[in-house]
Amino acid sequence: MTATPLERAERRKAWAFALPGLLWTGLFFLVPFAYMAMLSFWTRQGREVVATWTLDNYVAFFEKAHLFKGLVVSLEITAAVTVISVLLAYPLAWIIAERVPKRWQRFALIMAILPFWTSYVVRSYSWLLVLSKGGVVNQALLWTGLLSEPLELSANRTGTIIGFVHFFVMLLTLTIYANLIQLSPNYRRAAADLGANAFQTFWHVVLPLTLPGIMVGAFLTFVLCIGDYITPQILGGNNELVLPQVIMLQLGRRADFPMAAALSLVLMVVVTLAYVACARWLKMERT
Amino acid sequence: MRKTVSAARMRRLLLVTASAALLSASAASAQETLNALVWCDHTDPGLIEPFEKANDVKVNLKEYEGTGAAISIIEQSRPGDWDVLVIDAVDVPRAIDMDILGEMPADQLPLADLFPEVRMDETTTKDGKVYAVTEKFGYNTISFDKTKVDPADMEDLSVAWSEKYKGRIALYDYYLPMVGLTGVGIGKKTADLTEADLPEIKEKLFEMKKVSRQVSDVVASQTALATGEVDIVIGGGEWLTAGLVAEKPNLDWTVPKQGALRWAQSIGVFKDSEKRDLALKFVQYIVSPEGQARLATSSCYWAMPANAKAGEHLSDAQKAVLRWDRQPEYLKNTQLYPVADADLDAAMQDVWTEMLQQ
Repeated sequence: MTATPLERAERRKAWAFALPGLLWTGLFFLVPFAYMAMLSFWTRQGREVVATWTLDNYVAFFEKAHLFKGLVVSLEITAAVTVISVLLAYPLAWIIAERVPKRWQRFALIMAILPFWTSYVVRSYSWLLVLSKGGVVNQALLWTGLLSEPLELSANRTGTIIGFVHFFVMLLTLTIYANLIQLSPNYRRAAADLGANAFQTFWHVVLPLTLPGIMVGAFLTFVLCIGDYITPQILGGNNELVLPQVIMLQLGRRADFPMAAALSLVLMVVVTLAYVACARWLKMERT
Repeated sequence: MRKTVSAARMRRLLLVTASAALLSASAASAQETLNALVWCDHTDPGLIEPFEKANDVKVNLKEYEGTGAAISIIEQSRPGDWDVLVIDAVDVPRAIDMDILGEMPADQLPLADLFPEVRMDETTTKDGKVYAVTEKFGYNTISFDKTKVDPADMEDLSVAWSEKYKGRIALYDYYLPMVGLTGVGIGKKTADLTEADLPEIKEKLFEMKKVSRQVSDVVASQTALATGEVDIVIGGGEWLTAGLVAEKPNLDWTVPKQGALRWAQSIGVFKDSEKRDLALKFVQYIVSPEGQARLATSSCYWAMPANAKAGEHLSDAQKAVLRWDRQPEYLKNTQLYPVADADLDAAMQDVWTEMLQQ
């Protein structure tokens, strides 16, 4: 069946509208990505990059424990951050959506995301001052007599996780809040009519209906957290390296661009897998 | 098919923009300009302004860290873009081999006034020609808070891996001096280091990691020491603490009995500079006693001036902080950075990264 002139015109128009987007994606994503993928199969020998096809960088990633551990540390930190952030963000979003009067909700949201307005680096350094041995937290605990020795809250994984959680709770609060306010109150009324108490209503009705918001927020948290370099660098004290830090070492100290490209592709594969898992789950939820 | 690609080419797009901005800004000015690729201590107006005023010239300074970064910038630039280069003294032969440094007239430089140990003719000259002159030197050793640790303990490098100060130590996050310093601590000479020495050094580095609180760069180490997060910085030295002495007189440094590492920075003129006379004049100013005193106490970091006559222009307090009187002893008991070929350098970095991941 041949297309009518009107259909052909519509198709041309659709292409014309899509073309800038396609060009943009092609030029600024596909071409650099293809170059990076190609680079990951080259090697650095001596002080030169050798353009040859080899899996050496990938083999080194799995063979050298200090490289592979970067991925393990990244996954562990990201998992902890995602879980803690969800656990903190959900009650916050629920309080804003359900307990704060409508006219104050926008103000409450602005208050919740206010730290977003500060530079990410400045915020991380601020946390360093808060969490350090002589910082606000330790000084307060020592002053009240709850502690006799300061807690080690910075220059370790705890510091990194606290810095991340502070950032991602804000993000998750937004996605979960957006989901919560879309829920019709009729769901809860129906559950109450059927004899469900408040907890049962939340557990069997509200929570399942807000899972898409949680999943989207958790996925964003996962992607942003696993690719972050700044927070672990400032708050982690270099006591363990996440994969982005290992990548930075390849670039900044060794000028080993092929190895950095290979590690970046590994990171990208992990993110893609997370996306596929999230997308499949959301699709299953809809069917 | 094998094709080699300069690693620096990868960074070209990023760096060419910065260089173009700097150079076009300088071209817009009618005043004569000098473009210098320097370490951060040269960016102190107190050092540069007297030269600018005396010669009615504007000195454009581009700060960098690490010789690799400098070479990358140079490779992105056109011949003649840069006039003066400040470079790690041990890397001068590399710059000479790259044919980027021009010869300087030895009779117009105060070479005889330099401390003999830091004159380093073996690296700054080639075939009897002078390509660079040492301008400043210091030590990668131990910095500490003398009110919180026993200064006598700091005279032994084994404090770096002893349990006594567990959790109170920061390690300076730069593999080259730290691998060398650890080697010194277990009796190895930096000049003789090979890959065969690395397993032993690695073992010691792992011990150091276990008792340390953090592994951090210059700023983070300095902050940690100044704020009391740590009491000792291994790899630190006068460059880390001397500049803070007015506000933090409790901070100190020493060279332990096993010795330490000595760093030195050199200054030279680019071979393709179109203002070689002016560039030479700048070098002469920097290595003059007055320039040396200002450079030694520049705001970014303090360290010893290479010209011994600079002492005439430093106050007694400044000399005390720099340990002027103890230099003969320190110079004798310190070694230069390891000079590593690409393979040894990569192996050292692997060891360092392994230590970080412990």
